[in-house]
Amino acid sequence: MGKHLVGNHIRKLRFNHNEMTQQQLADLAGVTRQTIVSLEKGNYSPSLELAFRIARAFNLSLEEVFFYGDNIKP
Amino acid sequence: MTYQEKKSIVSLISVILIFGSFCLYMYPQHPEGGLGSSETLRYWGSFVLILTLVSIVAHIVISIMFNIIFRITTKEKEPAFADELDKFIELKAHRNSFFIFIIGFLLAMGSLIIYQPSQMMFVILIISGFLSDVTGSFTKLYHYRKGF
Repeated sequence: MGKHLVGNHIRKLRFNHNEMTQQQLADLAGVTRQTIVSLEKGNYSPSLELAFRIARAFNLSLEEVFFYGDNIKP
Repeated sequence: MTYQEKKSIVSLISVILIFGSFCLYMYPQHPEGGLGSSETLRYWGSFVLILTLVSIVAHIVISIMFNIIFRITTKEKEPAFADELDKFIELKAHRNSFFIFIIGFLLAMGSLIIYQPSQMMFVILIISGFLSDVTGSFTKLYHYRKGF
């Protein structure tokens, strides 16, 4: 079992949302840019609360932003 | 490279530089008396106290200077808060740092049990303090770069 099984489509979603910057998403989600960088690299699995905040920033459901499985590359 | 990564690198380098330069400054002042003399104990006592004070002041000054340089060079503002990732990494850094210092503390006490001079205890304590600081900074750098 891999360490990080929670993947995400954050980079793609940022691009599709008027090329939103990492800093803009970080401000919307209430985290630092470092955390967005780590999430996009797949180095960090967010807390449930943060996952909801990021999904809300994109106006999407949790499943549309995050996924769970062995293949974590977005 | 993000603010946190740069700050961890600066912290790591400053810890090494502060400790190294302080040791170089204090080394010539080592008293000539016997190993257990009151003058020697006074020397090591002042070494620990002054190093603690100098480290705190130097870290504050370096942190302020780093923030100013960061703002000028990147035109970005440093994060005003610590989010969940920062707190997780901070906890890991504290745990590793504390672990190293406790090992050093136990070794220092052990040196007294096996009849080593009290000077040895101070040296082990000071080195373990330095290593725990380095470990803390390195842990932060590692987790910011490699993930958590």
